[in-house]
Amino acid sequence: MKQTYNITGMSCNTCKVDIESALQSTKHVQSAVVDLDTTKVILDVSKPVLKNQLQYTLLNTYSVNPIKPNKQQVVNPILMLFLVVFSLLSVTSFGQSELSGVIYEASTDNNPQPLFGANMIWLGTSVGTSTDINGQFKIPYNSNYKKLIVSYVGFKTDTIDVISNKTIKHYLNPTTDLDEVVVQSRKKATSRSYLKATNTMLVSSDELLKAACCNLSESFETNPSIDVNFSDAVTGTRQIKMLGLSSPYILIATENIPSVRGASQAFGLSFIPGTWVESIQITKGAGSVVNGYESIAGQINAELVKPTTDNSFFLNLYGASSTRLELNTHFNTSLSDKWSTGLYIHGNTHQEKHDVNNDGFLDMPLYSQVNLMNRWQYTDTEKGFVSFINLKYLNDDKQGGQLDFNPDTDKLTTNAWGSEINTQRYELSAKLGYVNPEIPWQSIGVQLAFSQHDQNSYFGLNQYDIEHTSVYTNVMYNSIIDDSRHKIKTGVNFTYDAYDEFAIGQNFERVERSFGAFGEYSFDNLEKFTLTAGLRFDSHNLLGEFITPRLHMRYSPWSKSAFKASIGRGKRSANIFAENQNLFASSRVFSILNSNGSIYGLDPEIAWNYGASYLQGFNLFGRAADVTFDFYRTDFKNQIVVDLENAQQVNFYNLEGDSYANSFQVELNYNVFNHFDFRTAYKFYDVKTEYQTGKLAKPLTPKHRFFANASYETNIKNNSNWKFDVTYNWLSQQRFASTTSNALPYVLDDYSPTIGTINAQVTKVFSPKFEVYLGGENITNVRQSNPIVSAENPFGSSFDTNFVYGPIFGSMYYAGLRYKLK
Amino acid sequence: MKKIIVLLLMVTSAMTFAQDKNKRETLDVDGVCGMCKARIEKACFKTKGVKSAIWSVETHELKLIYDERKTDLKTIQQSVLNAGHDSEGLKASDEAYASVHDCCKYRDEAIKYDHKKE
Repeated sequence: MKQTYNITGMSCNTCKVDIESALQSTKHVQSAVVDLDTTKVILDVSKPVLKNQLQYTLLNTYSVNPIKPNKQQVVNPILMLFLVVFSLLSVTSFGQSELSGVIYEASTDNNPQPLFGANMIWLGTSVGTSTDINGQFKIPYNSNYKKLIVSYVGFKTDTIDVISNKTIKHYLNPTTDLDEVVVQSRKKATSRSYLKATNTMLVSSDELLKAACCNLSESFETNPSIDVNFSDAVTGTRQIKMLGLSSPYILIATENIPSVRGASQAFGLSFIPGTWVESIQITKGAGSVVNGYESIAGQINAELVKPTTDNSFFLNLYGASSTRLELNTHFNTSLSDKWSTGLYIHGNTHQEKHDVNNDGFLDMPLYSQVNLMNRWQYTDTEKGFVSFINLKYLNDDKQGGQLDFNPDTDKLTTNAWGSEINTQRYELSAKLGYVNPEIPWQSIGVQLAFSQHDQNSYFGLNQYDIEHTSVYTNVMYNSIIDDSRHKIKTGVNFTYDAYDEFAIGQNFERVERSFGAFGEYSFDNLEKFTLTAGLRFDSHNLLGEFITPRLHMRYSPWSKSAFKASIGRGKRSANIFAENQNLFASSRVFSILNSNGSIYGLDPEIAWNYGASYLQGFNLFGRAADVTFDFYRTDFKNQIVVDLENAQQVNFYNLEGDSYANSFQVELNYNVFNHFDFRTAYKFYDVKTEYQTGKLAKPLTPKHRFFANASYETNIKNNSNWKFDVTYNWLSQQRFASTTSNALPYVLDDYSPTIGTINAQVTKVFSPKFEVYLGGENITNVRQSNPIVSAENPFGSSFDTNFVYGPIFGSMYYAGLRYKLK
Repeated sequence: MKKIIVLLLMVTSAMTFAQDKNKRETLDVDGVCGMCKARIEKACFKTKGVKSAIWSVETHELKLIYDERKTDLKTIQQSVLNAGHDSEGLKASDEAYASVHDCCKYRDEAIKYDHKKE
């Protein structure tokens, strides 16, 4: 077998003799002939010899390099094709015990260059070869050889799965692209970081596809760290919880701009279509100070699809047995080498009335949503600039209530009980990032966001309107102290929120302005220890001047382990009506019991969060597995208590006494066999608050939860395969708020029954362009038979729609397709 | 006199020009895995003046940014060698090589292939 390398550093015949004798003494080299004029050495070898091995032999005096094909000399493509076809034919007609193929340099134009001198070897053997001038190779093959390692200096080493001795055509990526190339092969759909100081989970778009439907709130169903509640009886909205605390205590951001907050708190997650989301980072515990002081239980950041990386065309159609229909279309195009733009259209509608439990109320609301986003991306890698400009528009209409309710005649009357929620929202945001191309650790980021949110709604006789105008600005500078183990982030931000509400027959107006400065230091000793410490100072017109400290640490004493600890403080103003607007769908009388505070007469909420977790990766029967234990405690210094313990009232008041949320979770991820992943988790919550009537567990918060998810993918054959996914959720009994003040037929038990649900989905990938999915939610058809208290008398004093502990509709099946063009 | 001043100015400006605060260099360093990466990068930071050191497991390329006024490439390369990693034909001493973890014995072909499975 012959190998040819370029040798540099030779000057005369002495060098030639030196090299030849040195190389001939190398193992497996039978002869070496140096040609001084072409600076090449031709080796006759018994087994392939790696470049590094030769380089050792030659020490530092000469350098050995594989020969790259000279682009001017490359045979024209037609001839190339001819050669490939010819070699293909020759393989099929001759030996079956040989595998042949061509290795190319991956390139963006349609003119791939063959690589001369690329090395390949069967994994675990010493059987190898290298490619000739046309990039072609032939290598002995038998069915025990499964993985072929292809390497070439300056290119990323690839491992090719070989199933048969079919001719291989493979493209190697240059390593210079390595920073941008995301490794696609066998990427875990959800991964926890062993290295980050924060307890952060990255949810990739693969994971998001496991639950085909439909918006951000539903995309957490296969994730054990986020609990998705059952949708409530009137609005059909699903609330999420983390560490036993509801979404207002979680900072939810899109591309690091806080987005689900204020007026959009209740429905905001359903305003982000699932297909727009590229990935999600979930951080448990206090999180970073960079995005503000509001986060208490954790942070969720959704990264949206980007015009330069998203498919140029994407279509997703979804239809469910409930007659819910959804459409998602993306168009992306690049306008110049720097500018790209994308238009993203989402529409959903559900117009059929269902009443499976015969209580006279719709099981799910009628709704329609139009959601548009236009993104502009500017990238100048040479100068180090990246910028995004986003425009969003949303219109969402919901109608719920009794079957015979007609909004035109019955709105705000006692003819029939009904509800309508109409929301319009505009958003404009811009981001500019600059990374100094000379000094990669220096970067500056500027974020600006403006949103206008307008909701008009009524629930029976309760009218609720909210208008929220919000401005968010953030300027951040990143650098290092001394060396790149010590990183700092520092910056300032300004937020402005103007609220104009009409609730419980009164107008509430409020303007919040805050100006803050933050600094975050992170230390990484490159091995066992990382630390992130942040501090921010804010001056807020209603919350006053205050300091927010946050600290995260990681320690990895042995391999594949991570002990993490965090502590942090959060502060926020509670939007009592917006966050609890589901309570308007009841006969409860609203009262605010304090009057001295600055927000609805109430004080700001303040809480400390402490957490510790332990992640350990290991091998079980030779397959990768990991287990995580985590414990978090949130301690409220002040909380706006939402007291439902009298069935005719809802009282809001400042916390007096204890309020805390303890959560413990153990999670196991196991790759049982190739392409089969199993994930299971047990969660324990102890969430208690001192109410006026005593210290009680938070209503509708199960103490125990069990979660299991299994996913399997078949091998990809001819670009097509099957994917299967099943999720099981089990909840222990949940406490009902006291109903003892109701008339006897409307007095509920103290606790709900336990409940278990199964979701499943099958996806058939026909090609990288086209796939079809079919799934079922709640396929065992579990139902809560009487979700509405006093449904037959909705204007009586016991009417309440907020005792939902399980699914209302029963099982639902859906099907859909995805079509994408790169 | 004038000439001397001009000369002095030229020399100092040339010196400041030559003394780059953020000098970029690359070195080929041998190693096989993430443990090697941590060891190599840590070794670089032992030298005062090294601001960034990123070693790639795939390409064996060590990308350095350092303050030329405080250190030079030879010093950094020496600390890499002292940590037990060969660089650009310079071999680490046997003691230094012996100190690297058993799974990082990058001179051994068998270990190299073991790591390629990862």
